[in-house]
Amino acid sequence: MGTHSGQPAVRAEGLVKTYGSTRALDGVDLEITAGKVLGLLGPNGAGKTTMVRILTTLLKPDSGRAWVAGHDVLADPEAVRKEIGLSGQYAAVDENLTGQENLYMVGRLYGLARAAAKTRARELLDDFRLQDAADRPAKTYSGGMRRRLDLAGALVARPTVVVLDEPTTGLDPRGRLDTWEVIGNLVSQGATVLLTTQYLEEADQLADTIAVIDKGRLIAQGTADELKAQIGGERLALVVSDPGEIDLARKVLAEVGADEPKVEEQARRISVLVDTGPKALIEALRRLDLDGVTVLDVGLHRPTLDDVFLSLTGHAAEEDPAAEPKQSRRARRKAAKGERQ
Amino acid sequence: MNALTRVLRDGGVVTWRNLLNVRRNPEMLLAATVQPIMFVLLFAYVFGASLGGASYREFLMAGIFTQTVAFNSAFTTIGMANDLQKGIIDRFRSLPMSRMAVILGRTSSDLLINALGLVVMSACGLIVGWRIHSGVLDAIGGYALLLLFAFAMSWTGALVGLAAKSVEVAQSAGFIWMFPVTFISSAFISAATLPGPLHAFAAWNPITTVADACRKLFGNANPPNLPASTGWAADHAPLYSVGAAILIIAIFLPLAVSRYRRVASH
Repeated sequence: MGTHSGQPAVRAEGLVKTYGSTRALDGVDLEITAGKVLGLLGPNGAGKTTMVRILTTLLKPDSGRAWVAGHDVLADPEAVRKEIGLSGQYAAVDENLTGQENLYMVGRLYGLARAAAKTRARELLDDFRLQDAADRPAKTYSGGMRRRLDLAGALVARPTVVVLDEPTTGLDPRGRLDTWEVIGNLVSQGATVLLTTQYLEEADQLADTIAVIDKGRLIAQGTADELKAQIGGERLALVVSDPGEIDLARKVLAEVGADEPKVEEQARRISVLVDTGPKALIEALRRLDLDGVTVLDVGLHRPTLDDVFLSLTGHAAEEDPAAEPKQSRRARRKAAKGERQ
Repeated sequence: MNALTRVLRDGGVVTWRNLLNVRRNPEMLLAATVQPIMFVLLFAYVFGASLGGASYREFLMAGIFTQTVAFNSAFTTIGMANDLQKGIIDRFRSLPMSRMAVILGRTSSDLLINALGLVVMSACGLIVGWRIHSGVLDAIGGYALLLLFAFAMSWTGALVGLAAKSVEVAQSAGFIWMFPVTFISSAFISAATLPGPLHAFAAWNPITTVADACRKLFGNANPPNLPASTGWAADHAPLYSVGAAILIIAIFLPLAVSRYRRVASH
């Protein structure tokens, strides 16, 4: 694939975009090395989609510059479009066309000849396990199948830079694993990937570098390990047996810990960052024992990206995705749509 | 590949996609075929009864053709507004395709729908007693003029659709302005007998000249109670009509494309 390794495949300098009084992007610099995966991590409304739309030429920034595969997105958007494949949060497929027709159309519009566009469509339908649905209109597809078709659409022209805006939001676990595999394959074929996500776990799993964005600003950048090391220390977590003891335990952890303890009422779990590791653990247990609090479970572990996000921004990156009800996921999608417009 | 072949090629792909959409949802063709049939029957027998019977029906058809292709620009309006609401537009925007292709594809597929509508209306006209009295070339000229005018009107519809905030707005905005434009003309009555300002409007209204030019090309005479249009535009109806269609395209094509670019980078 076209880009020379070592050179950044994507570079952004001082990107600013405002909507009314909201600064969706507030001076963002970003670089992605060719052949690497950058995970752009942030909550809803952080500016991820705005960033994606600027880099894929769909949106003009108020100020700042950006280059993709060596082409200036403002001066030569056409050249950029030839090098990129975009898969957004909403399946960009024609509902009335079959899977085969959708991919054939995209191939033709990338400039492939008829026969080549047909062959490529078949290949991708096979790769994405859509061969059985190839000749059915996309409106008969399940949500996951549509997303796979959309992702396939992004890869028709074997782009050097693939941009995936929340590729797994709204997918079931199987769909999420499938998508992760596709992204892994892309990278092994040499593509550069920009991936936005709200899932820390996903960024941790897939990205070589993680850029954390919040309120239109990049607040940290590095490998998952670097980010974890940045906040240092470890996290002390314990589970109490009686909900009535949560408050007491919180107080104790606040005294031994280095930051404000995090409380999960349902799980009766309280955790806090500690600088002194086992020492803090012993101290906490000793005091809780004196107060007569029954501790069911206790442990020390290295901080997760969740902790990183919390310590960087002062708020969590996401609600617990496993416990998240359907309703709020829909609301989240609505909110993301608002950000898009 | 140079820019023009690129536009035509990409426009062709989008046309193909639009026609597949029509084939999968054929009910939208009902509006394009049933409505003009209704107009033919209503005007021919409701208005026609007091306006001259058979000789009015002979006069009427060119007017209905012209009015229908003008009204059909609303299909382009609705089609464009629909496209903008759908996820597929993001795909189009991120592809290295001509920026004009999405609109050209829409106006081209609507041109084919217009052609189908003309076939249906002509058949209906033949049933109510309308005939073409001229030669084959003149008749082809008449239909070609109607299609050129349809294509031009389609670009005005595209601009309205791209400017509309929603499909619902597009639906009404696409139609409303058509009523005065098509009725203050010689499509159904004699423009010559309209009072002052209406007459001035009707005389220069391309609907008048396209309808009159088609009457000339099809060999359909005005009934004795409906005097023919007068003035320079009437005297040069085919030339004026072609000029007006080209002017409309020259104005609305760039406006629509620049509007699309703006919407696309919003």
